[in-house]
Amino acid sequence: MIAIIDYDIGNLGAIANMLARLGANAAITNDADKVGSATGLILPGNGSFDACMRGLRATGLLASIEKRVFDAKVPILGICVGAQMIGNGSEEGEEKGLGWIDMTAHKFPASSGLRVPHMGWGNVRVTQSADPIGSALDPDSRFYFVHSYFLKPAARRNVILEANYGLDFAAGVVEGNIYGVQFHPEKSHRYGKSLLRAFKDLCE
Amino acid sequence: MIPRVIPCLLLRDRGLVKTVQFGSDVYIGDPVNAVRIFNDKEVDELIFLDIDATREGRGPDLEVLHEIAGESFMPVAYGGGISSFEDAQRVIRAGVEKVVINSTSYRALDVIREVSAVYGAQAVVGAIDAKKTLLGGHKLYSCSGTREEKVKLADHLAALVEAGVGEIFVNSIDRDGKMSGYDIDLIRKVSSATPTPVIACGGAGSVADLVEAVEKGGASAVAAGSIFVFRGKHKAVLINYPKDAFANV
Repeated sequence: MIAIIDYDIGNLGAIANMLARLGANAAITNDADKVGSATGLILPGNGSFDACMRGLRATGLLASIEKRVFDAKVPILGICVGAQMIGNGSEEGEEKGLGWIDMTAHKFPASSGLRVPHMGWGNVRVTQSADPIGSALDPDSRFYFVHSYFLKPAARRNVILEANYGLDFAAGVVEGNIYGVQFHPEKSHRYGKSLLRAFKDLCE
Repeated sequence: MIPRVIPCLLLRDRGLVKTVQFGSDVYIGDPVNAVRIFNDKEVDELIFLDIDATREGRGPDLEVLHEIAGESFMPVAYGGGISSFEDAQRVIRAGVEKVVINSTSYRALDVIREVSAVYGAQAVVGAIDAKKTLLGGHKLYSCSGTREEKVKLADHLAALVEAGVGEIFVNSIDRDGKMSGYDIDLIRKVSSATPTPVIACGGAGSVADLVEAVEKGGASAVAAGSIFVFRGKHKAVLINYPKDAFANV
């Protein structure tokens, strides 16, 4: 079962819907037992970084999640702010991130002259074609982005997908069984389905 | 970034309709069916507006929203009858990404503040409906165009941005359903006054109109009704969506 971690931050139904369409056994949950037996985890995130980090900590699930991710090595996918939470922190707030990948979320510079949030569809470039998720995507894949902060991992090896909005940023990151995507695959038609299908396959 | 092209669909009595100048309407069909067709066409995003909720003094129809959201594999925004934080929360929990707030923004800006603080600015679209005046200015209206608002356009935009909207949706009442082009002057005024993305709506009759709203109006996204639900000069109902409207831009 893929556990979609519920800490009351908006719209999780869309993720569950798409996984259901893919025939995955997935559930939105804040139950430690379900997290503890999950074969895959999804960490969603919407809104402010601090609110998400505090919300996640308040569930008391973090120990179970980390046990699952680091001991059982089950795949986890962070989505949007969920991907940023996997890093060390964000310029948006003062809460510490989970620190699983060495990266920070930075604000799009005002000097770019671009409207923020970055909101809309963007193409991504696969930078690691050997990665099981990177290799599952069509070359013309486009995804729905909505964010004001972008990810910049310290090491290139952590970047699997790159996108551009005034500057190049990491649209997808990886460290072993830990994945994060800045966009919303659950709202990205067949391109998102391909990505979630590849993640589901990793979880089985 | 390629501008988003967004069908803006109007809900009335659990069906979809299309209006002209916020008045006379034509029945288009079932909203969930429309979503399925727009899924196949891989639309960028959808906006649903319940044009009766505020006027009838009721909240959003969550049952319909739940059905719509369950079928949508693209982002969905919903507006109509959201007069409190709890209304917005129920809409978001029904599976919608963004709440569209218009009438409430004139009387209770704190609702926008609270939704933005809890769900993020990207979850709140500030909507304005405007009419051109004889002198070339613009007047704002709420309650589906039935109530004139005294506040000036620039002042209201500043208030929306300050309260934390992540986007502005600007609709021209005079152009609605006319298919004769957007009110570029209005869109220009809005886009030059706000740092957030701006969605233009009202009057599109062709792909060229969509492009003009971006190139001359400075819009970041374009919304329309008629061109996505009618076909031909007799306006036969046919749901359609231009592929790559901005491919040559």
